[in-house]
Amino acid sequence: MTTSFTRSELLQPLPPPASLVGPWGWVRANLLSSPLQALLTVVGAYIAVTLLWTFIDFTVIRAVWTGADRDACLDDKVGRSVGACWPFVWAKFGQFMYGFYPVDERWRVNLTYGVAVALLVPLLIPAVPQKPLNAVLFFGAFPILAFNLLYGGSIINPWLSVIGWLAILGGITLVVGYLMSRVEGPPNLLFLQAGGAAIVVGILLLLLVRTGLLDAPRLPVVETRQWGGLLVTLVVATTGIVAALPIGVALALGRRSKMPIIRLLSVAVIELVRGVPLITVLFFATYMLPLFLERSPDAMVRVLVGVSIFSGAYMAETIRGGLQAIPKGQFEGAMALGLNYPRMMSLIVMPQALKLVIPGIVNAFIGLFKDTTLVSIVAIFDLLGGIRAGFTDPQWASPVTLYTGFAFAGIIYFAFCYFMSRYSIFVENRLNTGRRR
Amino acid sequence: MADMTDGTLPARATSAPKVAFFNDPKTRSLIFQGLALALLVFVIFTAVTNAVTNLRNQNIAGGFGFLEQTAGFGISQTPIAWAESMSYGRAFLIGLLNTLLVAVVGIFFATLLGFVVGVARLSPNWVISKIAYWYVEVIRNLPLLFQILFWYLAVLASMPTPRNSHSLFGLFFANQRGITVPRPIFEAGSGAIGIALVVGIVVAFLVRSWAYKRQAATGEQFPVAASMAGLIIGLPILAYFLSGMPISFDYAQQGRFNLTGGMTLIPEFVALTLALVAYTAAFIGEIVRAGIQAVSYGQTEAGRSLGLAEGRILNLIVVPQALRVIIPPLTSQYLNLAKNSSLAVGIGYPDMVSVGGTILNQTGQAIEIIAMWMGCYLTISIITSIFMNWYNQRIALVER
Repeated sequence: MTTSFTRSELLQPLPPPASLVGPWGWVRANLLSSPLQALLTVVGAYIAVTLLWTFIDFTVIRAVWTGADRDACLDDKVGRSVGACWPFVWAKFGQFMYGFYPVDERWRVNLTYGVAVALLVPLLIPAVPQKPLNAVLFFGAFPILAFNLLYGGSIINPWLSVIGWLAILGGITLVVGYLMSRVEGPPNLLFLQAGGAAIVVGILLLLLVRTGLLDAPRLPVVETRQWGGLLVTLVVATTGIVAALPIGVALALGRRSKMPIIRLLSVAVIELVRGVPLITVLFFATYMLPLFLERSPDAMVRVLVGVSIFSGAYMAETIRGGLQAIPKGQFEGAMALGLNYPRMMSLIVMPQALKLVIPGIVNAFIGLFKDTTLVSIVAIFDLLGGIRAGFTDPQWASPVTLYTGFAFAGIIYFAFCYFMSRYSIFVENRLNTGRRR
Repeated sequence: MADMTDGTLPARATSAPKVAFFNDPKTRSLIFQGLALALLVFVIFTAVTNAVTNLRNQNIAGGFGFLEQTAGFGISQTPIAWAESMSYGRAFLIGLLNTLLVAVVGIFFATLLGFVVGVARLSPNWVISKIAYWYVEVIRNLPLLFQILFWYLAVLASMPTPRNSHSLFGLFFANQRGITVPRPIFEAGSGAIGIALVVGIVVAFLVRSWAYKRQAATGEQFPVAASMAGLIIGLPILAYFLSGMPISFDYAQQGRFNLTGGMTLIPEFVALTLALVAYTAAFIGEIVRAGIQAVSYGQTEAGRSLGLAEGRILNLIVVPQALRVIIPPLTSQYLNLAKNSSLAVGIGYPDMVSVGGTILNQTGQAIEIIAMWMGCYLTISIITSIFMNWYNQRIALVER
């Protein structure tokens, strides 16, 4: 039996009420959901707009863009309330970027930057092939090239020195290998011959450097005292991170080693360095290191040593985190294949662990980049130190100089760190593919 | 086939295979450790020999005897009595106290602001969460020393001269020379208030534990929060009136050219504290946000279906679980703040590093001063870690 008043098909659903959808619905849900929220919205918006407006008003709208000296930036001379004094930054731009690096030699710094970008960008883009070669070029060859360009002196000698020392170390390893093969069974003479040859070649190379025959193709030396500004910031941060990787790997492996003395030493170094502020490590490197050595090294070298130890200890903990994330089965699989410890670590474990900690390494670099500002306390002029020195120039003394300098430094630091943190997040998302739905 | 029938095992299985001594893991580990130890001894020996020679050449006597010598420099903030005729040791102690002061004040306010920022980032209000997001981004991406200098040079320098001080209710004044607040004067009998406060806190916690036990046993509830507040605030107030109101305040007076009276916080302290609080709060905010997000929303919904009020859901369900995630990274932020307070040297706030640096320049006792710094910072780190680990264990999930 059918009844005429019963529906036989479903009603079309009504559209949601206008107050819940569209822009107005969004505003109601996210800005005005209750009287308290409405009040918070108004107060928050007021604060945000005021801050943003103050910044834009100062840096753009009321700013002065051209001028020769402080007169361009004084309210009385200009006849209005003046914002940022950009001519001050233009005038000091070279100093902020290069310190007292001789103007004629600044192309060397720019060339170093260019090479660094050319090597670093492909390293950072996952799709570009040849990562191992790229990494060797950036972490192995680039530091020597940078030394060549930035410091100057003979172009060939640094390369020969490095190759010579590497040959001697490799040769010693081969000779030890020969001695070990003698104990085990029939001695492997090839090891002895190759090792001996490498040592001889290495010593010859070092002697060649000593003779000074190859000083000829050379660039004028620019003492590190003359370096400054953003150059120092980048040199300290990059050296710190490049040196931190091997130190960190060694300390992290030492901390997880089964040998008690090695483990104890690694833990002691890591915890000691992590327990004290960077500034005391810098004081240590600046004042105490010269006492422990026969000759006092260059001030910049001392700071670089301090920064490397410091970032190495932090890097060790980052890498240890990566090592702990590798399942035990990977270690056991490597052992079951008969790999020895160096091969297990370098072929199986480290490639996986290091890949996991790339975001951590980038974050460590951001931290280090910010921490380089501390070198100005031990009398090395980085970007912040250079800008601070710029405030004292009477030619540019005006009420807005200080704020202009801070705005300029702030924009540079923020741009660098923000870009790097975005990159870190990008890598993290790439690594998290397993969790993506 | 003939071999099989005589029933003996092949000969090579009976004698142990020849293994070189260095392929034995135990021997190898001994060799490596011996090498490491020898290297360490060599490095230390060289360092000590060089240090002895260098110190002799520079005519610096080792040891801590210099701590007794007269310092002869002024210190701008002295929690304990200080005169230039006093010793280096006391100067260093004042530096240590100043470091602790800025660290404790900084940790307190950074925690407050950090929790506000973390909660604001999760706010349903779009404007508030965006402000918190950009606060964190901007603060975290600028160097701390930059921020300290900014507060010190740019913000405090834009403050008015003392004769035109900004004033709040006539009690607080801000000018170029710092922030002036009323100074409490403790007269005889004010000790009773302190005792009352301690007694109040102890009794309050006893009441709390008694109330929880009773609730667990009988289900009867007790107004814990109200009674605790009453005890902790009420008892000292009672003691204040009973002992004849022994605490008074010295208010700052706006003079013609200057402020008189009150207690002035030096600009270095104000700038350093503000910068440390703002900087650390950004990091704490992210930790708090991650901690709260780590508690699954189902927990809140379960609390609602049990009929709990929103406040109790937060108190009893979300916060205890979030704290487990928050505490370990929070500890390292506290330690970072304590260590970052060493940046005081950049603006001349007389902390341990700043005072120690002056002593180092005057006496040349680099090894001793740096050892004292490291010892003090390590002690602070270890004590903070022990306390936070104890707290962490207390709130940790108790599993079978």
